[in-house]
Amino acid sequence: MAGLDGVTRIFVPGDMAARSLGADAVAEAIAAEIGPDIRLTRNGTRGMIFLEPLVEMERDGIRHAYGPVEPHEVASLLADPESHPKALGPVDEIDWMRLQTRLTFARCGVIDPLDFAEYEAHGGLKGLRNALASGRQAILDEVTASGLRGRGGAGFPTGIKWTTVARAEAPWKYIVANADEGDSGTFADRIVMEGDPFTLIEGMAIAGLATGATQGYVYLRSEYPDAIRVMEAAVAIARENGVLGPDILGSGEAFDMEIRVGAGAYVCGEETSLLNSLEGKRGVVRAKPPLPALEGFMGRPTVVNNVVSLATVPCILAEGGKTYAAHGIGKSLGTIPLQIAGNVRFGGLFEIAFGMTLGEIVDKIGGGTASGRPVRAVQVGGPLGAYFPRALFDTPFGYEDFSSKSGLIGHAGIVVFDDSVDMGEMARFAMEFCAIESCGKCTPCRIGAVRGVETIDRIRAGDAAAKELLTDLCDTMTAGSLCALGGFTPYPVMSALRHFPEDFQPASQREAAE
Amino acid sequence: MTTPTGSEVAEAVAQIAAMHAGREGPLLPILQDVQARFGHIPEASMQPIAEALNIGRAEVHGVVSFYHDFHTEPRGRHVVRVCRSEACQARGGRAVEEGVREALGLDWNETTADGRVTLEPVYCLGLCASGPNATIDDRPAGRLDADRIAGLVAELR
Ligand SMILES: Cc1cc2nc3c(=O)[nH]c(=O)nc-3n(C[C@H](O)[C@H](O)[C@H](O)COP(=O)(O)O)c2cc1C
Ligand code: SF4
Ligand code: FES
Repeated sequence: MAGLDGVTRIFVPGDMAARSLGADAVAEAIAAEIGPDIRLTRNGTRGMIFLEPLVEMERDGIRHAYGPVEPHEVASLLADPESHPKALGPVDEIDWMRLQTRLTFARCGVIDPLDFAEYEAHGGLKGLRNALASGRQAILDEVTASGLRGRGGAGFPTGIKWTTVARAEAPWKYIVANADEGDSGTFADRIVMEGDPFTLIEGMAIAGLATGATQGYVYLRSEYPDAIRVMEAAVAIARENGVLGPDILGSGEAFDMEIRVGAGAYVCGEETSLLNSLEGKRGVVRAKPPLPALEGFMGRPTVVNNVVSLATVPCILAEGGKTYAAHGIGKSLGTIPLQIAGNVRFGGLFEIAFGMTLGEIVDKIGGGTASGRPVRAVQVGGPLGAYFPRALFDTPFGYEDFSSKSGLIGHAGIVVFDDSVDMGEMARFAMEFCAIESCGKCTPCRIGAVRGVETIDRIRAGDAAAKELLTDLCDTMTAGSLCALGGFTPYPVMSALRHFPEDFQPASQREAAE
Repeated sequence: MTTPTGSEVAEAVAQIAAMHAGREGPLLPILQDVQARFGHIPEASMQPIAEALNIGRAEVHGVVSFYHDFHTEPRGRHVVRVCRSEACQARGGRAVEEGVREALGLDWNETTADGRVTLEPVYCLGLCASGPNATIDDRPAGRLDADRIAGLVAELR
């Protein structure tokens, strides 16, 4: 085909989001048209979900992007890519790519996820080699110097957690990657596991070296079948290549790992509930202390870290903790993979230094709503995160900045709503979700959330006095819950009530106001 | 799927438990394999699982009942899971929820009388920039509206 002259490789993401938008049919149509001299690769996603399925063609070392491509457009695309209406130019020059600082996600979408040689050619294993050469204390020092804080939600300093496990005396220690990613509006863990799985494996191996742990587990939610498949294959390949096993890269150090699949419980993302689940028990939250760092899986010292936290470690060890810490603001150092979702024009994964304001993220990067209507509210940090009105759009993206506005950044999910949203309904949903997912241990969470749904219904039926009841109920949940499921559900509920009180009026008055 | 006999179940459990022997915390992987084999976790499997792991039958029961993924009754030949979470709601998810319930004549966690389809809610599929989303068995589907989901479920046999 003349249009393909000089093309050596074509990429069609195998990422689950791309697949949900028809990438498999696009890849099949391309495979049927091209000859054996062109390599077709199912890469991970670049994160530009709004352009998926995003096809890339490599010519003279430059990757040209086309998207979103529909299966019926494949023939015309291959016949004349240059002047095709879906041509976007070189992928690295698209604004969305140019404006990012890709450290954790540097290889994601670039390489064949399961091509180990390509992983290494793109900087893979550099962090692990440095870690092996420098020894345990030096690894702990680098991770501490990087300022890396847990990306799972709580923002706890990773260096301190690792040091606690490293100092614990025990014959067995564990590294557990929290891949439960239950927060709605988030998909960074999924994208890195599907698109660059060896990075997570390398990060876990480094964590093992730093702490003396020799066994790892990835607790991966069952809702991610593609990630499960890719991670299982990657573990086997890593073992064949000596990255896992009794003698990591010939160093004499041992580390191995296994993939475990969750069973559909949101609360199992909470670290102690996760450990119970991994042990084969009900996923009930454990009281702390003891800390999992001292008595975790099977009662032994355990690092539990989010996937993104662990996947960031290889680049910290490769380039140095200080280099990483040069990005960001205040105590929020390094980069954060923002997941821009919901009713947004340009949605996807965008990795950037901490510090961009919420308004820039939503209006500039996200391009406003997909519906074209005004942005009314943004939920940041998953189902337990607060709703932000436009008035708070000057908040910089950082841990302390968000907590000072009675919010949280959580796993960095950003869900945009237009002006058709009913915030009373969203508050009700937050309570409903808490009731469905409660582990049942604390009364304020288990019973309180059910009362919360009823109370919001009463308010919206015209019982204004019930507003005070709802406030009291939220105070009780905040004070009397063992974990953040019951403890933080008041964030979305109270922020909705505080910033959007008009949506809690009885239906008749709400209509009259419009 | 016809109901397996007690001895079929016991035999399958013995095989599956042997495969997981020596693993730390094997109960969830065993339950997942049992469910993959029978489509649900038969009542008759609980005692043999308990015996294989040297725990009480009540404990196995407790674990099965805790997790949304485990089912003690057979489900439909196809499982349709529709995301109910916030990012999908922001993109019109409620209309998709209504549409699929109407198209199938089912409420959540119900199965059509002919055993063709089970409808389940799911709380986020990690596809939140291109919703509303659903999965049909293992196949993800994005940018849905009420008509498209109705069309997709109508194709299921
Ligand atoms: C209800 C609930 C759900 C959680 N879900 C997740 C999750 O899906 N993934 C995650 O990494 N952390 C989750 N967390 C936070 C974990 O408890 C824990 O802080 C985290 O895994 C530690 O890793 P990090 O320090 O790398 O963030 C959740 C916490 C709560 C209370
Ligand atoms: S707050 Fe809710 S989920 Fe958390 S431990 Fe208590 S009952 Fe369980
Ligand atoms: S909110 Fe529906 S896929 Fe995430």
